[in-house]
Amino acid sequence: MNMHVNGENHQFDAGLTIGQLLKQLDLQPDRVVLELNQNILNTTDNINTELHEKDKLEIIQFVGGG
Amino acid sequence: MDPLVIAGRKFNSRLMVGTGKFSSNLAMQSAMESSGCEIVTVALRRVDINNPGDNMLQHIDRERYLLLPNTSGARDAEEAVRLARLARAAGCEPWIKLEVTPDPYYLLPDPIETLKAAIILVKEGFNVLPYMPADPVLARHLEEAGTVTVMPLGAPIGTNRGMRTRDLINIIIEQANVPVVVDAGLGAPSHVAEAMEMGADAVLVNTALADTPNPALMGEAFKKGVEAGRMAYLAGLGPQRAKAQASSPLTGFLREE
Repeated sequence: MNMHVNGENHQFDAGLTIGQLLKQLDLQPDRVVLELNQNILNTTDNINTELHEKDKLEIIQFVGGG
Repeated sequence: MDPLVIAGRKFNSRLMVGTGKFSSNLAMQSAMESSGCEIVTVALRRVDINNPGDNMLQHIDRERYLLLPNTSGARDAEEAVRLARLARAAGCEPWIKLEVTPDPYYLLPDPIETLKAAIILVKEGFNVLPYMPADPVLARHLEEAGTVTVMPLGAPIGTNRGMRTRDLINIIIEQANVPVVVDAGLGAPSHVAEAMEMGADAVLVNTALADTPNPALMGEAFKKGVEAGRMAYLAGLGPQRAKAQASSPLTGFLREE
């Protein structure tokens, strides 16, 4: 399926869950915050949430800043 | 030193430190340590999914430092509110350094969008620390909106140019009922000392600590600058005069009159 992740199109297997996606990307769930179709998600509560074709996902983390 | 109180919370340090632009996490940690800071700012950005990099939060002891996420990158109130909500969803306490900087060249804060965002975020229960132009009228509006500090800029972000807005910050300090934190452009210990001597309650520094070969030593230098300025303010500076006033007696000279 085609999804928009962090502003870019990416192909993933259908039925992928958020937890599986984060694992594929080698990201610990507790280091990121997610926005799915412009709704903020608590990552750990949504680890089993399934992703769908054309979903827009933002994966965000803390970085150094002033 | 006398404690700084923001939103009912006590801090022993009046120096806040930004975590951007350090050459390494070790350099950042050494500056945080030597500066004695208790509040550190961080930003939120998209993960580069091809190269996720390091989790920088691993390098910040959350028991010791209050994490103050900023809304940097926001070009309007809506984007700033979105970033603040994301920060809270990421498990941060509801403290937010509000930054709305649509102008990419000078990174000057947008007063109208900053006020709009502040009103929304205060209603949502955030402790809002707004980065703002050194405008005393805006400072009053933000305070009325319920922000827990005002954070006027000394000079544009990252310029190291010092207290270029000194006269306006003086007015803000005179009128404010919330802590005044001078943010941005403070590039030397003498700059932070100047802000603190004037009666600023705190300062926030990033570039000056990151952009030096020795962040640890610079952190200590800024700590001392802040403390010196605060102590001088508390002691009370003598008045400035146009004409000389002798420090030594004007009698008993070894000469014939």
